[in-house]
Amino acid sequence: MSFDPAAITQLAKLACLNLPPDSLSQMGDDMSAIFGLIDTLQAVDTKGVAPLAHPLATIEELTLTCRADVAMATDIVGSLANASETENGLFLVPRVIE
Amino acid sequence: MSNAFLTIVQLAERVRTKQVSATELAKDGLAKANASADLNVFLHVDADLTLAEAKAADARIAAGETSALLGIPIAHKDIFVTRGWRTTAGSKMLANYVSPFDATVVEKLKLAGAVSLGKLNCDEFAMGSSNENSAFGAVKNPYDVSRIPGGSSGGSAAAVAAGIVPATTGTDTGGSLRQPAAMCGITAIKPTYGRVSRYGMVAFASSLDQAGPMAHTAHDCALLLDAMAGFDERDSTSLNSEKAKASILRAFSDNISSKRPPNGEFAHLRIGVPMEFFADGLNNEVACAVNAAIDTFKKGGATLVDISLPRTALSIPAYYVIAPAEASSNLSRFDGVRYGHRAAEYTDLNSMISNSRSEGFGHEVKRRILTGAYVLSHGYFDAYYLQAQRVRRLIAQDFQAAFQQCDLIMGPVAPTTAWKIGEKSTDPTAMYLEDIFTLGVSLAGLPGMSVPCGLDKNNLPIGLQIIGNYFDEARMLSEAHRFQQLTDWLNSK
Repeated sequence: MSFDPAAITQLAKLACLNLPPDSLSQMGDDMSAIFGLIDTLQAVDTKGVAPLAHPLATIEELTLTCRADVAMATDIVGSLANASETENGLFLVPRVIE
Repeated sequence: MSNAFLTIVQLAERVRTKQVSATELAKDGLAKANASADLNVFLHVDADLTLAEAKAADARIAAGETSALLGIPIAHKDIFVTRGWRTTAGSKMLANYVSPFDATVVEKLKLAGAVSLGKLNCDEFAMGSSNENSAFGAVKNPYDVSRIPGGSSGGSAAAVAAGIVPATTGTDTGGSLRQPAAMCGITAIKPTYGRVSRYGMVAFASSLDQAGPMAHTAHDCALLLDAMAGFDERDSTSLNSEKAKASILRAFSDNISSKRPPNGEFAHLRIGVPMEFFADGLNNEVACAVNAAIDTFKKGGATLVDISLPRTALSIPAYYVIAPAEASSNLSRFDGVRYGHRAAEYTDLNSMISNSRSEGFGHEVKRRILTGAYVLSHGYFDAYYLQAQRVRRLIAQDFQAAFQQCDLIMGPVAPTTAWKIGEKSTDPTAMYLEDIFTLGVSLAGLPGMSVPCGLDKNNLPIGLQIIGNYFDEARMLSEAHRFQQLTDWLNSK
């Protein structure tokens, strides 16, 4: 797999990143080298092997636990304090609808 | 005798016998942090916050409370969110972030009486093996300041190695506790995945991330891990089984106090030595030190078993698919709205988000987000992400097959000792290959330790990796403790 500047630009767009034009070539080279490593996975015979997400599922049946569906006490002031813009206890974003 | 390089066990005795107070230890630690500023270990120190915690610990001591961690100064990797201290995750994205709550690990250690000295430098979002990816500059290895301390918990390892604090917290996604511990000559353990709550750890790769302690000795790590571990309903992957809930410290104490014959203290132990860990690419001095360490166990009566972990090399591509995939998903929360950097210039909501992310994230983080976005994208998900998860299962099964033949697995932590700052920073794949011996353990969710076992000709530390089966932390720690009673690598600095 190799990545040219156009492929990197498209990927960056999907990931909500703007990359400076003069960095696209280097990023493409880096990604091509990384996928040179990653592509060795394709040769592995995994027929009949189920994907493993939680590692302990190797040895036991797992049920991920969810806490009770009740609101936890939240420090509203502390949470809002980290936002760049707030108003009346709400997070502000640029206007979406004119 | 100064308090530098004393273990938690030694300091706790001084605290218990009133030779030193928590406040005195905290002031001493703050002074050392200040004196070691050139190592770039700390990202945030706040003496008032630390001394307030120390005062509270002294009040508990005065009220007659005793516990191993009461009044002991520690410091946290800047991946754990903390009230009061900033939490940056080593990123410009979170340069000014102050959490409204403490991570479970932070909360538990505070409850045990440990006093926090502040937040420690790390690779940005824990992505790195050298601590050069921090937006706040590289950390220097106390053994040789021209070299890296390892990563991503590099600040945590260097703080202990420099004698600033006796213990720190760290996290391990692909080796980030074990590798810096090896390169800084200290002890660390990554527990079984799910033993320690991830709540309040800034997420990198959720199916791999696991917190653990770093300290001088295995005994200290046992004290810390016991305090950190436990079920937490706020982390859906936290384990609540009987095995997961069993006391690590009680089993550790039972193990180390059990009588064993002199020169036969390891007679009950079968040690698996994977041939793939001693193949081409392993530095000769590292191989010699690790073999000598394994020989110490053999002389104590342990049986060595040749084992194979045939997919060791595949752990690198499997990890570098799964971890970036999960990272690209986790890091999508950084949009400049609720927290994190917001760009000063933008034209609309979309450009605000992409400009903020582009300015806030560093190069390696962007590289991993792009890798993750690609392997998760339509048409490639099955070929890359699911294939990596299938290989992950095969790797985990290889370890289970190996544990049919042995009790613990031993080998090197890293192929080399600490390299020069800048030496590998322009070649991402060269850096990734350094993780070869730690990634499989992470993918399998197994516990893994790093124990100091030697120095190379440049006086740089070498680590022995001890891998246990799930929930076998107490055995790993107690056998490491016995090894540390027989050897003197702890005092090599």
